[in-house]
Amino acid sequence: MPCTPSDMKTVADIVARHDADPTRLVQILRDVQSTFRHIPAAIMDRLAAQLSIDRAQVQAVTEFYTFFSTEPRGRFDILISDSITDHMLGSREIAAYLCERLGVTPGQTRADGQVSVDFTSCTGMCEQGPAGLVNGYALTNLTRDRVERIVELVNDGTPVSQWPREFFVVKDNIHRADLVLGTKLQPGSALRWMFQRGLDSTLDEIAKSGLRGRGGAGFGTAMKWKFCREATGSTERFVVCNADEGEPGTFKDRVLLQSYAHQVFEGMTVCGAVIGARRGYLYLRGEYLYLHEPLNAVLAERRRAGLLGSNIIGRPDFEFDIEVRIGAGAYICGEESALIESMEGKRGVPRNRPPYPVTNGYLDQPTVVNNVETFAAAALIALKGGAWFSAAGTEKSKGTKILSIAGDCARPGIYEYPFGTTMAQILADCGGTGAMGLQIGGPSGIFIGAQEFERVLGFEDLPTGGSFMIFDQRRDVLEIVRNFTHFFAHESCGFCTPCRVGTSLLKNQLDKICAGHGGKADLAELTHISKLVRATSHCGLGQTAANPILSTLERFPEQYEQRLKAISFEPGFDLDGALEVARRMSGRDDAHAHLAQEA
Amino acid sequence: MTEHMLTIDGQRIPFTEGQTIIEAATAAGVYIPHLCHNPEFKPHGSCKLCTVKVNGRNCSACTFPAADGQEVLNNTQELNETRRTITQMLFIEGNHFCPSCEKSGNCQLQAVGYYLNMLDAHFPFFYPSREVDASHHEVMLDRDRCILCELCVRASRDVDGKNVFALSGRGINSHLIVNSTTGKLKDTDISVDDKAVHVCPVGAILIKRKGFEVPIGERIYDGQDIGQVSLEHEMPIVEEAEHGR
Amino acid sequence: MAGKIKVATTSLAGCFGCHMSFLDIDERILALAEIAEFDRSPLTDIKHCSDQVDIGLVEGGLCNAENVHTLREFRESCKILVAVGACAINGGLPAMRNHIPLQECLEESYLDAVGVENPQIPNDVELPLLLNKVHPIHEVVKVDYFLPGCPPSADVFWKFLTDLASGAEPSLPYELVHYD
Ligand SMILES: Cc1cc2nc3c(=O)[nH]c(=O)nc-3n(C[C@H](O)[C@H](O)[C@H](O)COP(=O)(O)O)c2cc1C
Ligand code: SF4
Ligand code: SF4
Ligand code: SF4
Ligand code: FES
Repeated sequence: MPCTPSDMKTVADIVARHDADPTRLVQILRDVQSTFRHIPAAIMDRLAAQLSIDRAQVQAVTEFYTFFSTEPRGRFDILISDSITDHMLGSREIAAYLCERLGVTPGQTRADGQVSVDFTSCTGMCEQGPAGLVNGYALTNLTRDRVERIVELVNDGTPVSQWPREFFVVKDNIHRADLVLGTKLQPGSALRWMFQRGLDSTLDEIAKSGLRGRGGAGFGTAMKWKFCREATGSTERFVVCNADEGEPGTFKDRVLLQSYAHQVFEGMTVCGAVIGARRGYLYLRGEYLYLHEPLNAVLAERRRAGLLGSNIIGRPDFEFDIEVRIGAGAYICGEESALIESMEGKRGVPRNRPPYPVTNGYLDQPTVVNNVETFAAAALIALKGGAWFSAAGTEKSKGTKILSIAGDCARPGIYEYPFGTTMAQILADCGGTGAMGLQIGGPSGIFIGAQEFERVLGFEDLPTGGSFMIFDQRRDVLEIVRNFTHFFAHESCGFCTPCRVGTSLLKNQLDKICAGHGGKADLAELTHISKLVRATSHCGLGQTAANPILSTLERFPEQYEQRLKAISFEPGFDLDGALEVARRMSGRDDAHAHLAQEA
Repeated sequence: MTEHMLTIDGQRIPFTEGQTIIEAATAAGVYIPHLCHNPEFKPHGSCKLCTVKVNGRNCSACTFPAADGQEVLNNTQELNETRRTITQMLFIEGNHFCPSCEKSGNCQLQAVGYYLNMLDAHFPFFYPSREVDASHHEVMLDRDRCILCELCVRASRDVDGKNVFALSGRGINSHLIVNSTTGKLKDTDISVDDKAVHVCPVGAILIKRKGFEVPIGERIYDGQDIGQVSLEHEMPIVEEAEHGR
Repeated sequence: MAGKIKVATTSLAGCFGCHMSFLDIDERILALAEIAEFDRSPLTDIKHCSDQVDIGLVEGGLCNAENVHTLREFRESCKILVAVGACAINGGLPAMRNHIPLQECLEESYLDAVGVENPQIPNDVELPLLLNKVHPIHEVVKVDYFLPGCPPSADVFWKFLTDLASGAEPSLPYELVHYD
């Protein structure tokens, strides 16, 4: 696409809006993509020049994130969430219907450039699916009726801003509130308490609370803050809130950001004071674009109320502000060091550790990265003290955990429980009593069967970042595993060999078995690759990518064995299909022009 | 000064503060298989061939800091099998037809395959479509053989100061790109004397008209295995760095 | 070992180079004849395997339907199936066509190339149809051993067969492992 002078003016404006700051490259490319529906080569050249960075960097970042494209997408770019829970609500059928009515092929832009439809990883609307995105904005509860109306709106060219509001309603669906969701925090009250109590004793309270990271790994929060605070040789320190929430089935951070944003920002501000940071960032997953404006409004409100900026709550020595940065479709950017890379305007590739972000984080400076829920809890602990929090939970897991429950149950949504609660209790509360199995912690967690429902929520037994998916008897375990395995192959960043190649091998091997072309040796092979990917991958993504396979192989071996053929060997590709081109071109269809799949 | 010590396969190995496990090993004459690592450049840690067990946990020897009392396992059957599988993965994700490759006999990927007694690539081949860039009059880029080690990226950035190469894309679609508007080598300022042109461990970056110059039998890995060659070449580099520390 | 071991060989999409290299064992062929007997092979001109062959050596990858049939017959008849040479192991040079769509290959060869008279895609039922891609043999049948090389040297064949004949697990020392 040749770029006109007016296009170049638009690009210059976008760059200026972002202060020509190369760390904001992902943000800039988001704006370019939404304006031009792709990132044309000529604009890459221009961006490189205006930001004084390599053209290769612009291209590399463009080609890394799934929300960017080098070929034009439709003026209406629709993505359908491909999470297993969306599948269970009929998303695949809805997508097929949508494509049929619009006359588009998934992944391709309609010839008139009006519309494109594709699939995307879980959009975090699991309890109100089938869900999707249109030009980045979340669509919920997609029904055939809605599809009909969307088709009209698209064909009429009605701008998304004029589409019916109800298409975009995102509900909180909080069914059980406990410490974090049930305590009202007056904006600024935690900050006042903190200064009254003193920064050191505030950190002590966090330590006493026993708060551990809510994003998955469960590292002690006070310890992390302390390491960062004590890191030497820095020019500045940073607070980063990880709102990437990419683990399929997780949507509790969305609710916190939608309805508890003050609490989250207050937690970040507390952290800023404790570690001595002046700048904080919230890295919001691209799928939650709809939250960008409201979050900025809360930030503005806090600035007006003297809770952000300089002179916070009248203290001339305390200055702190927060900026929202948005991702562009990459699960790996939830990994803290990949997130930092992304914030620096690069591909989201996990760094080598050590050093850790607490000493060498954003811009190589000491940085605390915490999950949204961790900050929300920290704000309350600063207000109410450590004992208030640690009274709930178990010895090793203090306090409460917010779950996002989706799948086969009567009341999916948000449930906050003290650690130590049994699966059976949770299932009873949400009406999931017919469950055959649960996926705890998302695809990277584990799959447990009905005989394990007395197990409890907690770092010592069943940890989860929040994802809690319920499957009843109707569901096919292997289809679930296949969905997860495809997810990892799609999201692998490609840095290290075992994950880059291994996740694709796992995907192909599992597809082969599910399609009925696998023998005993194929199952052994699947196990072998799984163990290698788990043992040798560089980061958490690869190290957990085989969990769905390994945890179900252990519990439901018969599900796999049922699919196996008695034969010892069959090709993993369609042998007869491999003759199709030659058949067509030679016009032959005789017996010799075909091959059986098995000997 | 007390001497720092760790053990590799039971053998006591001294190291200096700040060294990685592979540096300590190399200095002591212990070969740990590696591909993306080259002691002249910043450690990278992507190929995972150098996977060792440190106190029971898998680590990349090329990035993991050496520490007192570490018990490292390196030359075990289990680890070598793992490394062989990883090597096979590198073969099947690209297009490696050694008989027609100018690098054959001098190629580290191939040599590691020999070292690990890899007789076949085991997995189904991906046979990807990758672009060959023959635009430059002296330097050739055949992406079919690229193993994404980023040595050329590091060399061009850190030594040549040119940033000619970068990795792009994601996952299995990751690929090497060239930093020019056309994406072609001819439109960069790369020159045949650049470090980046000489660090490729495989036959992806080649100097034109130099192919098949050394007869079979006299190529680097015809007579010696990569363990010997690597130590001979890298020990002095590590030692020099050690003195510089 | 009681009787002689029965050895069969075949060439699929290969260049016959592996067979030629096999013959390079020169006078050792006499020693080999003491322990081995050749069954189906281009070297003996026997067209089909006898019931049970001990060792089947396969040169070349799979480029067409006939290759697949031959390979399957081999697998069926041979207790031990051996992929010999780069083409059998990774498709080899014929597989370099894999990144060009078959349609383009056929068009270029039979329709569009300069000097083509009477352009048409051959459709004689006697001619085997081409597969979309050239595949190594382990993607279609189970393979027991691999002898890499382009071609593997005579010493490789010798070492492998004498190991097997003596009942040892075949192994190739460093000097004998080559991919070219
Ligand atoms: C592949 C991958 C994805 C991750 N995604 C998230 C995420 O979406 N949100 C999150 O808070 N942590 C995520 N994490 C964990 C982070 O790396 C990090 O541990 C966490 O943000 C630290 O915050 P916490 O201590 O408050 O949990 C992810 C880790 C990996 C390996
Ligand atoms: S494990 Fe996967 S996601 Fe993590 S660095 Fe390796 S390739 Fe990237
Ligand atoms: S780069 Fe190495 S492994 Fe690849 S084809 Fe060339 S010689 Fe073989
Ligand atoms: S071209 Fe060579 S040096 Fe560069 S990344 Fe590829 S394999 Fe490594
Ligand atoms: S050599 Fe260590 S990961 Fe490549």
